[in-house]
Amino acid sequence: MIRYMLRRGAEMLITLLVASFLVFLVTEFSPGNVARKTLGAFALQSQVDLLYEKLHLNDPLLVRYVRWAGVLTGLQADPLQDPALKLDFKDPRGDQYFGNFGYSTLYKAPVNDVLWDRLGNTALLAGLAFAVIVPLSLLLGVLAGMRAGTTLDRVVSTISIIMTSIPEFALGVILVAVFVVWLKLLPGTSPLKNNSGWPIWTQLILPVSVLALYDAGYVARIVRASMAEVMAKPYVRTAVLKGLPWRTVILRHALRNALIAPFTVILLQINWLIGGVVVTELVFAYPGFGRMLLDASLFGDVSLIEAATLIALFVATATQLLSDIGYRLLDPQARR
Amino acid sequence: MALLSIRDLRVEYRTSRGTVAAIPDFSLDIGAGESFGLVGESGCGKSTLIMAIMGYMGRNGGMPRGQILFEGKDLARATPEELRAIRGGRIAIVYQEPATALNPSLTIGQQLMEVPIAHTGASQREARAAAARVLQDVHLPDPDSVMRRYPHQLSGGQKQRVVIAMALLANPALLLLDEPTTGLDVTVEATVLDLLNELRQKYGTALFYISHNLGVIAQVCDRIGVMYAGRLVEDAPAAELFAHPRHPYTRGLLASLPRPGADKHSHPLVSIPGVVPSAGRAPESCGFLTRCGFATPGVCDAAPVAMIDSGAGHLVRCARWQDLPAEQVAAAATRGAAVRESDVVMDAHDISRVFPVGRRKLLANDRLNMAAQRGHVLAVVGESGSGKSTFAKVLAGLDTATGGKLRVMGADLASVPVRRRTPQQVAAIQMVFQNPDGTLNPSHPVGWPLARALRKFGIASGKADIEKRVTALLDMVRLPPSLRHALPRQLSGGQKQRIAIARAFAGNPELLVADEPVSALDVSVQAAVINLLLRIQEEQGTTLVFISHDLGLVRYLADEVVVMYLGQVMEAGPTAAIFEPPYHPYTEALLSAVPVPDPSIRTKRIRLQGEIPSPLNVPAGCRFATRCPRKLGTICDTTPPPRRDNRDGHVIHCHIPLEQLAEVEPVFRHAS
Repeated sequence: MIRYMLRRGAEMLITLLVASFLVFLVTEFSPGNVARKTLGAFALQSQVDLLYEKLHLNDPLLVRYVRWAGVLTGLQADPLQDPALKLDFKDPRGDQYFGNFGYSTLYKAPVNDVLWDRLGNTALLAGLAFAVIVPLSLLLGVLAGMRAGTTLDRVVSTISIIMTSIPEFALGVILVAVFVVWLKLLPGTSPLKNNSGWPIWTQLILPVSVLALYDAGYVARIVRASMAEVMAKPYVRTAVLKGLPWRTVILRHALRNALIAPFTVILLQINWLIGGVVVTELVFAYPGFGRMLLDASLFGDVSLIEAATLIALFVATATQLLSDIGYRLLDPQARR
Repeated sequence: MALLSIRDLRVEYRTSRGTVAAIPDFSLDIGAGESFGLVGESGCGKSTLIMAIMGYMGRNGGMPRGQILFEGKDLARATPEELRAIRGGRIAIVYQEPATALNPSLTIGQQLMEVPIAHTGASQREARAAAARVLQDVHLPDPDSVMRRYPHQLSGGQKQRVVIAMALLANPALLLLDEPTTGLDVTVEATVLDLLNELRQKYGTALFYISHNLGVIAQVCDRIGVMYAGRLVEDAPAAELFAHPRHPYTRGLLASLPRPGADKHSHPLVSIPGVVPSAGRAPESCGFLTRCGFATPGVCDAAPVAMIDSGAGHLVRCARWQDLPAEQVAAAATRGAAVRESDVVMDAHDISRVFPVGRRKLLANDRLNMAAQRGHVLAVVGESGSGKSTFAKVLAGLDTATGGKLRVMGADLASVPVRRRTPQQVAAIQMVFQNPDGTLNPSHPVGWPLARALRKFGIASGKADIEKRVTALLDMVRLPPSLRHALPRQLSGGQKQRIAIARAFAGNPELLVADEPVSALDVSVQAAVINLLLRIQEEQGTTLVFISHDLGLVRYLADEVVVMYLGQVMEAGPTAAIFEPPYHPYTEALLSAVPVPDPSIRTKRIRLQGEIPSPLNVPAGCRFATRCPRKLGTICDTTPPPRRDNRDGHVIHCHIPLEQLAEVEPVFRHAS
């Protein structure tokens, strides 16, 4: 098991390396050159040419990637911070340190000053939503799948499919209409600031509800399908006909096997919650990671896009690793 | 008083088309310590009955009438709490497929220990001790290591022993056995049956054994019941039933089995026409009416037929049992004697198939030699893991040999995969597989693969011509032409296998490779498919390579037999020579494991110990040395055995001289 984890860890590093190259490739090759994007639309062509020269944008791609990776890992100084360029890119951490993602042209601040706050906000939102989604969907899915075909099963399945079918923005608007406009119980936006008159925790309720309602239905359906399948397995019949109490049959024999398949899906929700909840963040004006990535992309903020994409990739590979390891713990047949 | 007394039981299922009676009316008594066997084709309601006894019928099942009295309690009306105390405690089940009956994510120990904990309130330590004890009773070596393992780390035979151990843990009064040896190798089956007989003596448990295999039932049961369409049609002591079968259905079942000593030239198999009616569709008077050759209007279709005592505890549900001829008349159409030509169609010389596994080698086939004569049936037998299916795949070009020569139609096809064979070569070697469900595309009508084969092999072109040929093929396998538009799911298993046979014969093959073609079918259907296959094979002069683990069937239909073990040929020769001394010790053990559906035949008892070794790690000398009951000594471990030639091309690979091999008693003897 230890060897397996080490091997998978090494594989994850290689994946990240390859992925970082692809990220670099895609952002560097997006329309317009990097020098122009850095300086903005109103810069003179001569300034752009100067920066082009300074950044050695004529060099082969691989050379530029190595240089970029050098800046990221602190082996090289960030050329953009050179005062000679008069860009006024200042980073209190200096121009050469590990984890130097560069300077955000959109927020006029080092990427590290922007990124982690936003990631923290999204992690808060995602963590709360995840903490609701997992127990709720497991409970509903297991209860429904345990006795497939009963009224409870039908009710849970129907509600789940309705919740999953309503798009997030519609769900957001409906909840705002009810709880903000009509009942006036909750704030309509969630800027996470104390001066809006609403405590922070009240600002989190609606975004978390939207994510949880939308996603729990989906996960519950997958758990239900897996549970129903396991309940029809001969070994569950064996357990019943051994004379075991129903509780033991469910908790000991069915549940663990029923969780093997949905486990990967549940962990994939983390990816979605970190990078894919832009819509919800927009609806509630939530200062989150997804919205930041969207803004950066629209603006052409190369450094921020690269940094954010790398973070999202890291989250994705880490959850993948986690799900593979968990899979082996749950399923002895995968352990060979 | 009987231990289990089922009285006038009716079992119903609610379906979308209304309520269906899977078991319309059933009565049966089983005494304490008795061993009762229940036979019948699939769909006769055997498993439904077992599950009804356990009160496990799903949400749409119910027992509106009748009683299941067990130790004085009516299980049909028991509360969930009462049922739970009985399940696994007083009545336990051994299941058909041990691989799926065990929970894949719990260790064997965890699954065994639950039983005493739930039923006798045992502590963890007591439960562990009980589990270890019962594992010893089912002869699993090293119980402690077995208990730490997961089901996938055990072999099929070991898993079934674990399931039996689990059933015996709470010392039940009644053990229900649902086809417990189906799917196991014949050698493993024999040891499991021995084990059941032994445990029955030791624990005094009553057995209720259901199976479609009369041979297996004959080994274990004192009394046998025959079930048809949800009703008991015959009930008699085992010896009496086999000696004087009274019900036409029982007679039909027995006639569809090859008897020891009979072959295709003297006693053709007789199948039962038609299929088992679906639940609730059987006639009320006599369920077997529609398939019975003796049915008489006015007698058989009038009132429901009751169970009649014909004397000597022999009950039969047939209005005309006294009018039936004493012995079933064998069908007149006996086959001609075997073709005697010496025209070799397939000649395999030193065929090897080695799979590299890491740095090691897996020897699936190791220098195989065999030849098939034109128009003959060559049977290849051996336990699973002997490499028979690998050889079949090499023949058909689904796999390629890593060494040796395979001469078919003047060409060496050993390493020519099917996509590099010419259309003539592909048409010449065709295959019929074990499971017809997997070989027919579920979304195409069954005429489609036939038409496709005709076109691909250049037999027919043009719509009209193909239509005509498809009809002819369907006619050849005795299926109505209208069936060509049916989808595979609308066909029965036997019909699907007929389509597979028709497809294989579409290109007029020289050589047909049939890999266990009937082992997934019911006995009566099996007989029909075998008859059909042999008739076409004979008419067309096709050579048949018949891969099977069913030695009874092999004896019946083969002209020559090759016995394989662990990738090598142990013995080969004409069928008669294989089934008489001198035997190879492995053949002798295989034969002795065959369950014979006739208690008047005594079988010599030889049981192989242990499992077939891994083909990754084969013994250096004789492959069979590790399990051989007649092992001579170190020579068997170190030196490959010499080839010993008997008469008529009968070859045995063994260190024991032929004279000594010939001195043993025959495996099968008539008890006189």
